[in-house]
Amino acid sequence: MSKLTLGIEGDRHVVVKRRFAASPEAVYRAHTEPALIQKWMLGPDGWTMPVCICEARPNGNIRYEWTNGSGGGFHLTGEFLELEPFRRIVHVERMHLPGPTPDNHVETKFDPDGTGTLMTMRMTLPDAQTRSRMLATGMEHGMEASYVRLESTF
Amino acid sequence: MHVLDATFAALSDPTRRAILARLAKSEATVMQLAEPFEMTQPAISRHLKVLENAGLIARRVEGAKRPCRLAEGGIDAIDQWLAMFRKALARNYDRLDELLADTKQPAKGKEKR
Repeated sequence: MSKLTLGIEGDRHVVVKRRFAASPEAVYRAHTEPALIQKWMLGPDGWTMPVCICEARPNGNIRYEWTNGSGGGFHLTGEFLELEPFRRIVHVERMHLPGPTPDNHVETKFDPDGTGTLMTMRMTLPDAQTRSRMLATGMEHGMEASYVRLESTF
Repeated sequence: MHVLDATFAALSDPTRRAILARLAKSEATVMQLAEPFEMTQPAISRHLKVLENAGLIARRVEGAKRPCRLAEGGIDAIDQWLAMFRKALARNYDRLDELLADTKQPAKGKEKR
């Protein structure tokens, strides 16, 4: 848990940093290969991603669909803008809840860090309000699992 | 724990989050808040009560009106949002750690051979 840092910058940015004990190539592949993405990008326990389209090339499409197996679900669409294999990904994405949220512009960097990788993800939202809403949405989807964890902590 | 529970409960409602976002801009009366949400003033008042009990907003008396503003610790609300968002992300990345460890081990085995 402590390996992840999350901060806000200015009015419109969110910056996430995380270290991984694997090469930049391995971490980059886990962000661009559908079979790998479907194994980890799942949110709270109990959710799955039955549909994962990830065309890792400029202008390539992104579509992730999540379900909780009991009727709950939402999806995300996006497009890749730039890809520097194993080093950097730039894409835009939006959630559909079911209406689309404003575009989130995301730059993800994978830098060698000792024997591992430091990933830095910088999100840019259209304005401060959108950023608050996005963070609140993240809270909603993380809430159930987090409550369980909180209960076991206290 | 009681305060934390109240804060989470208060933040779990989209209307109350929208009210906080509105109050982040400036102080507002119940009437001003009710307008954009297309809700009755009593309904908004109930939401405000929840937010007030959670310590997220403060109200002052101005004649018959009681304008609301973000409480001094209003920034704490944003911290809460960040903390919960962090948890959702952290779960994903913990899973990615496992995946990376799984895919790494067979490769190491091959190197030894």
